[in-house]
Amino acid sequence: MKQFPATVAQPGQNRTSDDRTLVLNMGPQHPSTHGVLRLVLEIDGETVVRVKPEVGFLHTGIEKTCEAKFYQQVVPLTDRIDYLCPMTNNLAYCLAVEKLLGLEIPPKAQWMRVLMNELTRINSHLVWLGTHAMDLGAMTVFLYCFREREDVLRFFEMVSGQRMMTSYFRIGGLALEPPLGFFEKVKKFADRFPGNVDEYEGLLTGNPIFMMRTKGVARLSAEDAIALGACGPTLRGSGVDIDLRRDAPYTGYENFKFNVPVRTEGDVFARYVCRVQELRESIGMVQQALAGMPEGPIKADAPKVVLPDREKMKTQMEALIYHFKIITEGFAVPAGEVYQAIESPRGEMGYYIVSDGTAKPYRVHMRGPSYANLQALAKMCEGGLIADVVAAIGSIDVVLGDIDR
Amino acid sequence: MPLAPPITDIEQLKPHPALARLVEWNASVVQAVKFDRDELTIWIQKDAIRETCAILRDSTDCPFNYLCDLTCVDWYPSEPRFEVVYHLLSIPKKERVRLKVRLDGSSPAIESVTSVWPAANFYEREVFDLFGVRFTGHPNLQRIMMPDDWEGHPLRKDYPVEGYR
Repeated sequence: MKQFPATVAQPGQNRTSDDRTLVLNMGPQHPSTHGVLRLVLEIDGETVVRVKPEVGFLHTGIEKTCEAKFYQQVVPLTDRIDYLCPMTNNLAYCLAVEKLLGLEIPPKAQWMRVLMNELTRINSHLVWLGTHAMDLGAMTVFLYCFREREDVLRFFEMVSGQRMMTSYFRIGGLALEPPLGFFEKVKKFADRFPGNVDEYEGLLTGNPIFMMRTKGVARLSAEDAIALGACGPTLRGSGVDIDLRRDAPYTGYENFKFNVPVRTEGDVFARYVCRVQELRESIGMVQQALAGMPEGPIKADAPKVVLPDREKMKTQMEALIYHFKIITEGFAVPAGEVYQAIESPRGEMGYYIVSDGTAKPYRVHMRGPSYANLQALAKMCEGGLIADVVAAIGSIDVVLGDIDR
Repeated sequence: MPLAPPITDIEQLKPHPALARLVEWNASVVQAVKFDRDELTIWIQKDAIRETCAILRDSTDCPFNYLCDLTCVDWYPSEPRFEVVYHLLSIPKKERVRLKVRLDGSSPAIESVTSVWPAANFYEREVFDLFGVRFTGHPNLQRIMMPDDWEGHPLRKDYPVEGYR
């Protein structure tokens, strides 16, 4: 594994005359870097010799902010980390705190969480597919993907009132009951969505231009992928069969039947196939969740942790006291530490939370999947062409909010 | 679901593949163990961390070949002040283990594990940037999140949440 030297030459630095390479800045305002990613490329003609990712432009110190908030106040911060899959972040955080508390979640809340998570995965993969195809010159797919994504965002708006920063999950369950007519609408969407995926595949899979841009491009071997910490579809595209939903089930995923698509080629096309297959698996899980949605409460029976219903809070003295206490002084979490990893659309999303027994987390650390995948980018691009860097960035599906936090 | 009390007895926890391998290799590197909320934590002697990681990665029964996460916790003002935390995953066996190393507050430094997992590169830079822990043998130990000329290490507990004004 080739390492970066201590310093990659910056533009304008004195260079020896026999040095044939040129240093080129890509980003942070390049449209294909999907945010504020800056890549310092060292190029020899059209060939990329070295890639050095520069991150941190979006660093907002969320981990530090978390330490100053009550446990329940951290949930809205987690949306802002990976803004394309807000529910996944909510879920990872809530599961971690619930593990610290030893809280049992009622079945309906668990199934709703699975349903919303798979819709989030569809939402995130649609943005990826649209932008990735657009980077490679296929404009139409983008418009089609965003048409379906709009439907998913409407579902988010129905349950939480927000299209993107949902904060729908709460420690101990869900914020609200899903509104009337929600399940019927999701069902209608789930019935027609496989046809939409066929439509995208009809435009891309087998398209000679798309195949030339993706097949054999930005290869990553399984050994390199593991050593560099790649995760999610990037790892599965390299032939490593791991999916935390199946291997370490959380929030009731053990009740669902699904396949984990794995490809061994390790190129951009393999990652594309993995994600498109995941779209189909996800919609299958949405169907299963709708069919088997249990009845019952959506919040755990833990009055010291879970806010009481509005109705009860206004009619019962005890509920009012709990409400007041949770809002003003939070709830104490037993001292300890947990690492909760879940499968986000991009890979392993892990929350490491340390509690010192007070109402505020002592330390919250997010293990972002994009941060891990970005390290594999250099390995993929070195030796390839500049144009393939664009394909490689799209194929690892970076979200800069997730990297910089 | 009441929480089970943590187990700290090394004999009781020996069946776990990570601990079994470490005890078999060199029991003196294990300072303490804790099994709490279904997660195993092993405190490792500071000087042995890189070798420990290499041993666990190359273990034949259950290779912990994947570095999930590397971070740090600041226990200011108590000493030893820092705890560097490694989360390892065994992809073939789907086992997890957490390694921890305690570091003193005055010029904290620890050996880098980038030679074991290149993935540690960014994580160690992040810990260096935000906690000021130095990793010896790291190929490119520079700030990653904060600007290069930033003063202080924001995630330390003695660094105010609003920053210095």
